[in-house]
Amino acid sequence: MTIKMTGWPRSDGRKGIRNVVLVAYTVECAHHVCTQIARGFAEQDVHVIGFSGCFPSPYGQDMMEALCTHPNVGAVQLVSLGCENFRKSELQHAIKASGRPANLITIQQAGGTRSAIRVGREWVAEQCDELRQQSRVPMEASELVIGTICGGSDATSGLTGNPAAGRAFDRLVSEGGTCIFEETGELIGCDHVMAARAATPELRDDLIRTVEKAAQFYAAMGYGSFSQGNATGGLSTIEEKSLGAYAKSGASKISGILRPAQQAETGGLYLLDVVPDGAPKFGFPNINDTAEIIELISCGAHAVIFVTGRGSVVGSAISPVLKVCANPETYDKMSEDMDVNAGRILSGEATLDDVGAEIYAKLTSLAEGEVTVSEDLGHTEFVLTYKSPVRSEPGCHIAA
Amino acid sequence: MSGQESKAAATLLHLHETDNVAVLAKDVRSGDLVSFGELEFHAPADLGMGHKLAITPIAAGTDVLKYGASIGYAAIDIDVGQHVHLHNLTSRYTVIEDMEAPRT
Repeated sequence: MTIKMTGWPRSDGRKGIRNVVLVAYTVECAHHVCTQIARGFAEQDVHVIGFSGCFPSPYGQDMMEALCTHPNVGAVQLVSLGCENFRKSELQHAIKASGRPANLITIQQAGGTRSAIRVGREWVAEQCDELRQQSRVPMEASELVIGTICGGSDATSGLTGNPAAGRAFDRLVSEGGTCIFEETGELIGCDHVMAARAATPELRDDLIRTVEKAAQFYAAMGYGSFSQGNATGGLSTIEEKSLGAYAKSGASKISGILRPAQQAETGGLYLLDVVPDGAPKFGFPNINDTAEIIELISCGAHAVIFVTGRGSVVGSAISPVLKVCANPETYDKMSEDMDVNAGRILSGEATLDDVGAEIYAKLTSLAEGEVTVSEDLGHTEFVLTYKSPVRSEPGCHIAA
Repeated sequence: MSGQESKAAATLLHLHETDNVAVLAKDVRSGDLVSFGELEFHAPADLGMGHKLAITPIAAGTDVLKYGASIGYAAIDIDVGQHVHLHNLTSRYTVIEDMEAPRT
């Protein structure tokens, strides 16, 4: 390999593979102003994120802080309406304390929509100029944090895309990188298989508890986990179905459990526990694929591997989404939205190891100047909803 | 050369080296030739991509392994080349009711 990975150094020691300017609303009422500010910077990495609700949300506050101080973020323009229940000054201070420029516009004080947009565009333009002057430093695979999800799954996901993603994870973990998998609601039936990979006995018990909690939460939501369609597709047991999704995690030892907005202190493989403790509240833990991607990013993911069978098109704000298409027929129809054709495994043109190596190479190339197809197409989806507080409690630990 | 002979044998995907089942990489018709390394046998039924065939004999009560992990146990003795599904594989978790099977 001639090109080496590089990243933008941050004050906390992490490095970013992107240098994004965020335009972030602290209530939905400020969303339009953010969209208009960012519209002037279509050719640059200026992304809109925010929290829509007007009621206080410790989870929303934690998530916004984790996202605004993400290693891929270089500067943040915060936009408030003025009367919402969000600790915007606290957020601005946290961003500044992380060494990033952070400007706060309050629309009610700025004089309205046009004034706020004008002030915001001026500040963002200055930041774009500043960020262009910053230089990158060498970066190792051990410094990468990568998440993985699957969405729009079909019978091929568990045969090609997910096991291939698992092979890429195994290589990254062996090189000291940090890999995060989730979807605990889809791990029912393979909790004991997963627990056998735990680094410590305490973690083994916690992994099983995490999946039991997810099973109870989803049952309360009225969500079934095995359908006749699964059996028609060749799946015989709930263990088998869950293992197909779980295959994304590879075969490495599991080092710990993370909560949303929590970053791993050392490299290794982590399970992201997306289901809040306590009685089910606020509906489904994550309402769609993008909400899951954003939680992986809140844990510091520089990029997310997205395995799809039926064909998803999404990207994300902040971090690139690398799309791995498990189904060769879907790839033929939607190749313009796919980075990797894992369906070649079914036609015998490639092995799981080949595609795993390709996913690994594409991931590292993202820190060498390459972009994903969803970035090239301008996808910057973002979703953040209410959830019960997810601050790590005593007893929610990371194994050494 | 007849159509049957000119058709390449359907391939099986072996997801993990310890697995005693392998997965059809494409749809097959009953009687189609299926190959796996040195093994060659005929598809026991019309089966869609993703369905499993035994690549070693699996004794009743033994774990059926896919992805290197147990996906349940053999309810009856299963021979090489046989379809492994709801009729001969039992979950250690939830029992899956086959909605297409006659009521007992």
